[in-house]
Amino acid sequence: MRILNTVAFFAAALLSSSSAFAAGGAVADEFKWMTFAVFGVIIAITMAITFWAARTTHTTSEFYAAGRSVSGIQNGWAIAGDYLSAASFLGIAGLISLYGFDGFMYSVGWLVAYITVLLVIAEPCRNIGKYTMGDILAFRNDPKKTKVVAALSTITVSTFYLTAQMVGGGVLIKTLIGIDYEISVIGVGLLMLAYVVFGGMKATTWVQITKAVLLVMASLLLVFLVWSPYGFSLPAYLKAVIGDDKVIAQVAKLLGSAAATMSKEELGQRFLEPGLFLKNPIDQISLGMALVLGTAGMPHILMRFFTVPSAQAARTSVIWAMAIIGGFYVLTLFLGTGAAMLVGPAKIAGIDPGGNMAGPLLAQYLGGGAQSLLGNFFLAFVAAVAFATIVAVVAGLVLASASAMAHDIYVGVIKGDRASQKEQVVAARVSSLIVGLMAITVGILAKGQNVAHLVALAFAVAASSNLPAVFLTLYWKKCNTTGIIAGMLIGSVAAIGLVMISPNMTYPKAVLSAAKKVMEGEPAVEAKAAIPGEGLKCELFAVCPKAEPAKLAQAAKPGAPEKKAGLQAKLAIATDAAEKAKIEKDIAGLDKTITKAEDDLKKFAGQTTSMMGLEKPFFLLKNPGLLSIPLGFLCVILFSLVTRDKRAEEMWDELYVRQNTGINAEGANVH
Amino acid sequence: MSKREMNWAAIDTDPRFQELHRKKTSFLWGLMLLSTVYYFMLPIGAAYFQDLFKIKVWGVVNVGILFALSEFVVAWTIAFVYSKKANTEFDVMAQAIIADAHKLGV
Repeated sequence: MRILNTVAFFAAALLSSSSAFAAGGAVADEFKWMTFAVFGVIIAITMAITFWAARTTHTTSEFYAAGRSVSGIQNGWAIAGDYLSAASFLGIAGLISLYGFDGFMYSVGWLVAYITVLLVIAEPCRNIGKYTMGDILAFRNDPKKTKVVAALSTITVSTFYLTAQMVGGGVLIKTLIGIDYEISVIGVGLLMLAYVVFGGMKATTWVQITKAVLLVMASLLLVFLVWSPYGFSLPAYLKAVIGDDKVIAQVAKLLGSAAATMSKEELGQRFLEPGLFLKNPIDQISLGMALVLGTAGMPHILMRFFTVPSAQAARTSVIWAMAIIGGFYVLTLFLGTGAAMLVGPAKIAGIDPGGNMAGPLLAQYLGGGAQSLLGNFFLAFVAAVAFATIVAVVAGLVLASASAMAHDIYVGVIKGDRASQKEQVVAARVSSLIVGLMAITVGILAKGQNVAHLVALAFAVAASSNLPAVFLTLYWKKCNTTGIIAGMLIGSVAAIGLVMISPNMTYPKAVLSAAKKVMEGEPAVEAKAAIPGEGLKCELFAVCPKAEPAKLAQAAKPGAPEKKAGLQAKLAIATDAAEKAKIEKDIAGLDKTITKAEDDLKKFAGQTTSMMGLEKPFFLLKNPGLLSIPLGFLCVILFSLVTRDKRAEEMWDELYVRQNTGINAEGANVH
Repeated sequence: MSKREMNWAAIDTDPRFQELHRKKTSFLWGLMLLSTVYYFMLPIGAAYFQDLFKIKVWGVVNVGILFALSEFVVAWTIAFVYSKKANTEFDVMAQAIIADAHKLGV
């Protein structure tokens, strides 16, 4: 256990060392000690959990599946802890605070996804699986071949998700408390490694439970404070939200020139209506498909069902997870709208354009504001929950990749399933270490990259590759090895390929022209009539004109330097201190915009094409699911039909009986 | 539990297992279809039936918000209905088959 203590010490030292304090962050310098104190308490709790879990983690079943001794309710909380990543915890509240209804609509798919998990995946997987997705596929298909493909897919999906979490987490911690990006990535990585390597699934599970409980408690408290002044009436509360000037100003900004003809009341009401953020319904449906089918194919979620003693407990755990996750998203409606009304969209977007700071800033406001002790304690608490969130999600992902590497590849393929318990556990720990160090390295290398699309990509690959393979193996008699391999490879390559040529990538021409507009301003634009599209094909690929909505006329806009000069002139004659401060703030904002535009102009000078050699996106959706998911299913079916596989046919009866009855399922450990 | 060799084909053809299979399949597909259709009505409604979504029905609360909230209620209801059915019916049927499993086809 000496190593464990060393890691704990190192992590704590990193977090508290003065070199880690960088300027900036939402927490004011004089209150930072409080944030670190709350962080310290949470780290201490999780370390105690790890220490306790490490003492009972000796066998493979204990390392990968917590000895199958996690109860249904506990697993439900752990699934919620695993699933509510920083993106959904902070991101959705942020989207609601900036865009109202559309942000809330976005959250629905994340819950509905669990219906698929509940109805078709959780119980059969518990009944026939052991530790990994590869075990499920290898049940009736060629074990070595399917384990290799399943492990590759698991590692691919987890790496995308992991990179998004590491980079997002690093940025988040920097924005919240101003710790350097690299240091927070290393800190998160080392802590997570300590949980996984020493405590295996047991520690990971309890870290996730702790985090989920903290998250729900914090949200309930904030929602209580936001809603209680309105007597817990929904219409009265929302009426106050949309009557707020900050919200009205945000809607007016989003609508642009169309807002000119609308009354204040209409503008406010618009916040509760669709269309402020999500403009492309086909893209929405594509994302919805990836969520609804991808969640059930996420290796780290699948793995959670091996930790409970029976299929009944797996069922209970999904029901609990749905109650917690759904309840949480309903709370985010209040967190988001509350932040919009009390803090204001402009301030939220000013600190982080994606809106991630909505929840933390709301907490600070409700505690008494930026200068108060309680306000900063609230903020510190929410920041610590965000930190625990990142660590818990990352730990689950690392465990999933490491099990694919150690259990599927090393034990299953290289050792031909002949390895002693001790050897297997060592392999699992070494793999966790490798994956963890890889995650830290990738996190640092990807600094400053746009990784938001990686989460959507992870879901798309899981939905196009893992889900068709698992689903058809479980429910379709004719499914076989060739079908699984072809479907998984083609499904994931299609999903990744489509994203590479989609609007998610960076297109230098577009960046340069946007930067130019910032610097030089825009000429006036005349109103344009709507253009009808030429069919679905044109909505998906850049081969023919796509439908365009009508556009209103737009007055000419000056460039940022010109605006700045105007403001400086105003500043010179301003006399009121408050007015002066406001102008100075606006100038500082403009300076930021100018620096960014200048950087972009320099960075992309002379470049005309994206990484894939395209000037503009060829595939027009951000989410590939609409095409890649049917393709994945189709390939499994076609390749299964044209080939024969005796084992897959012979094993069908056993698989089907076992997945429905649980006969011979892996039992719980008896201590 | 020691793992015994079972005659899986015999269990598979047992009428009780066939009955379980039939009941489960139609029930699960029904719920799955319902949840999928209901879910996709939300983005489709938000995109193509905006006038409907904008109708105010409860103070400033409009159809869109109520519909989005109803998605949560429907998801929870489906989960509840399934778990009730599985706990009271499917588990009992499976238990009867498990009790006899080692005798079948031997």
